[in-house]
Amino acid sequence: MAVALDIASWLFLLTGSFFAVVGGIGLLRLPDFYARIHGGGITDTMGAGLVLIGLTFQAGDWLVVFKLVMILFFLLLTSPTSAHALSKSALTHGIRPLLAEEEEESSPS
Amino acid sequence: MFTVALVAILVTMGLALARAALGPTVFDRILALNMFGTKTVLLIAVIGFITGRPDFLDLGLVYALLNFIGVIAVLRFFRFGHFADPEDEEGAD
Repeated sequence: MAVALDIASWLFLLTGSFFAVVGGIGLLRLPDFYARIHGGGITDTMGAGLVLIGLTFQAGDWLVVFKLVMILFFLLLTSPTSAHALSKSALTHGIRPLLAEEEEESSPS
Repeated sequence: MFTVALVAILVTMGLALARAALGPTVFDRILALNMFGTKTVLLIAVIGFITGRPDFLDLGLVYALLNFIGVIAVLRFFRFGHFADPEDEEGAD
């Protein structure tokens, strides 16, 4: 039983760490601001969610499990809201998405 | 086991700091700051599990809420505050 919990915890923690690093690289390397939001969103949903689920398998107490679930709930509630507010604010400030400009310029009309 | 997650979270925090230092517009910096705050919550939780003190999770819970409110406050201050000069900002044209 403990071995199965350890294996599940390892699996979730490793996958979450992988997605966190991938999202960080995406945040640094993607060319556009709206594409970088995608990189940040990966770390907020997959990275944080999988790492917190992996920690939940190691918690011996039900209070610890409740706290971890509450952290996950608040992260899942606030992260899309802040990303939406950020992209809407950037759009009203006049930052255009990169691909739309390129298509507009390269279209023959 | 937790050390792998700790190292990965620290690497991601470093990448977010690099984007916050490089970012051409102020929104890139706010995005990197938001991600840095989320990684801080994870870091607090993992450190609490490493040291065997799960009381750290309360700090993570508070930090998750403060991070969201901080991002919204900075966005509103940038929208309506006094340091938003139109000629000072590279992204808006």
